[in-house]
Amino acid sequence: MFENVRLSLQGILSHKIRSFLTMLGIIIGIAAIIAIVSIIEGTKETIKKNLIGAGNNTVQIRLMQGDYAYEPGYMQGGENVRVIADSYKDRIKALDEVERCTLYRQREYVDNFYYKNKSLQGITLLGIDADYLETAGLDVAQGVAFSEKQHKEFTKVALIDENVARSTFDGEDPVGKIIDISGEPFTVVGVVTKRSGFEPTINSVEDYYTYNKTSGGQVLIPTEDWSICFQYDEPQHCIIQAKNTDSMTTAGKKAADILNENVRVNTASSETEDSAEAAAEFAMMKLEYKSESLLEQAKALQDLSQSTNKMLIWIASISLLVGGIGVMNIMLVSVTERTREIGLKKALGARKRTILSQFLTEASVLTSIGGLIGVLTGIGLASIIANLLETPVAISGKAVAISVAFSIVVGIVFGLLPSIKASNLNPIDALRYE
Amino acid sequence: MVFDLKGIYKDYMQGKDPVPVLKDITLSVDEGEYVAIMGPSGSGKSTLMNIIGCLDKQTSGDFTFDGTDVMQCTDRQLSEIRNAKIGFVFQNFNLLPRQSALENVELPLLYAGVPKKQRRERAIEALKRVGLEDRMDFKPTQLSGGQKQRVAIARAIVNKPRLLLADEPTGALDTKSGDQVMELFKELNEEGATIVMITHEPDIAKCAKRIMYIRDGQIYTGAFNTRAAQAEKEAQAAETKQEGTEQA
Ligand SMILES: Nc1ncnc2c1ncn2[C@@H]1O[C@H](COP(=O)(O)OP(=O)(O)OP(=O)(O)O)[C@@H](O)[C@H]1O
Ligand SMILES: [Mg+2]
Repeated sequence: MFENVRLSLQGILSHKIRSFLTMLGIIIGIAAIIAIVSIIEGTKETIKKNLIGAGNNTVQIRLMQGDYAYEPGYMQGGENVRVIADSYKDRIKALDEVERCTLYRQREYVDNFYYKNKSLQGITLLGIDADYLETAGLDVAQGVAFSEKQHKEFTKVALIDENVARSTFDGEDPVGKIIDISGEPFTVVGVVTKRSGFEPTINSVEDYYTYNKTSGGQVLIPTEDWSICFQYDEPQHCIIQAKNTDSMTTAGKKAADILNENVRVNTASSETEDSAEAAAEFAMMKLEYKSESLLEQAKALQDLSQSTNKMLIWIASISLLVGGIGVMNIMLVSVTERTREIGLKKALGARKRTILSQFLTEASVLTSIGGLIGVLTGIGLASIIANLLETPVAISGKAVAISVAFSIVVGIVFGLLPSIKASNLNPIDALRYE
Repeated sequence: MVFDLKGIYKDYMQGKDPVPVLKDITLSVDEGEYVAIMGPSGSGKSTLMNIIGCLDKQTSGDFTFDGTDVMQCTDRQLSEIRNAKIGFVFQNFNLLPRQSALENVELPLLYAGVPKKQRRERAIEALKRVGLEDRMDFKPTQLSGGQKQRVAIARAIVNKPRLLLADEPTGALDTKSGDQVMELFKELNEEGATIVMITHEPDIAKCAKRIMYIRDGQIYTGAFNTRAAQAEKEAQAAETKQEGTEQA
């Protein structure tokens, strides 16, 4: 065996250019696989780190219309969704898996928002309950949070986030200033910031890519004040905080079930003909609460990048296949060239098996050298790509080991046919061969 | 008895028609014999040698080598016979070009599964026997024709075979190297080796103790009217003359 490897190396070194060209397909295939896998692993690492950073185990339960988040502006169906009673919230809070729960209303791109004569675009307005700040991981940086009294008594108070503070007040202290939402004056009582270590929160695939792009910012008002700005109480969304990471999915599902009861109560309560029609119409809208946990989203993200990368791996595998065929081709030529040598060895008493293993060793030594060169090239390639695209890479030892093993297998598989051909040569024909 | 051929026929297929190359060959060789096979080109000498060397199988007839019926042997058993009991010497040496003389001589021992250290020792011993101990690490391209053939002979005897088979061992050598090889054969034979050698040259053939003629695939026993036989006769005549002069 060792002797065979030594002789193979000798043979490979004596035909350097030919051996290199033979290995080229393998080198390219393995290099591509290593580079791709390193980038996938790198992305995974980042996502994992983000998740650990985000890790307060929150699950968003949003009211969805079909596959999209419900937007009250587009269709007025939301009127028919009953306000979620405190009893529902208490039931969610009572779930074993749930630590905290908050209900809130949300409108994106609110445009009737003014400070003095300044109009602000792209504001997200949130109507929050007393649990929101803690559950969503917001801290009050300046001023104070809403008091219980402010929640109950329609006092028209608002909290703003740093983006709004920056763009609207321009260095002024916003606390105590009056802003105008939908024609109603609200007093700013504080500025909130995302808790450090909470960022970045990945709420959706879009969020992941646009995370750092500035949004118009958020303005928070007590949820009770919603009907002051808009004429009716819009359906609520929910965020829960699970007790631990493992229970996130179950907690989200259970909470969504409870909230959906509320949606269904609405449909079932319609008893008269007239309202039966309305109920049918309502059912058409396909409103449903769905839970989205960060973990699941991260997984979806991963799947997304993995499916594109899987395609690349297929391409790389095809290149390996082509490389393998190249090896087979050269091995067949080599067998023909060395017919006399094979004949002689048989005359000297070499068995079929000896010849077979000699050629198989040669093919797999050739491809494993190719594999090693490919691994090195792949690592180089991955770091170049990492520098260019500023994506992280993680070189996985497992991928390296698998690649090298795989290239040996390619050698054995594609070396098999030529080796069998060599071992089956008739010694007479082989010795006579000119 | 080393081997025994009885009524051997060998046909080659030329398209669909069998072409007989050997016809009814009967020959047996005993321990310690030194046989030369002569005959014109294309008469079937190499074909016969391949059968004796267990490299090829006869179409019909009985062939026993060292008591074994070769026809019944598996591929693997044939390899073992070739490896342990037969040493081949070819006209064109057939050395592995990238291996040193020593490695070439070691080859049959490698296939026999001899451990490395012993392999080395025995190969060195064989190279000493042919007088090439100072050329052990030379590659075949760095050796002269005569030296290459001596390496090939070392390789053939390293396994201490029952039979040394040589197909025109001096065919590619000049007279002086040829004579050296013949001298070596003679010594080996005197030490007990059984040798069967094919040759064109009467001068070479007369080194053997027994000469056989093949013509058109048959052992030729008739009058010496072929050119080779003629030459042989002349050689014998010359020898008797020489002996006569020596005696005088
Ligand atoms: N594989 C083969 N297929 C067909 N015919 C063959 C084959 N091998 C040998 N022959 C024929 O058999 C005959 C004998 O060949 P062989 O090689 O035994 O001759 P030879 O006596 O050794 O001649 P030389 O002295 O030139 O070496 C030749 O006519 C040759 O054409
Ligand atoms: Mg011949």
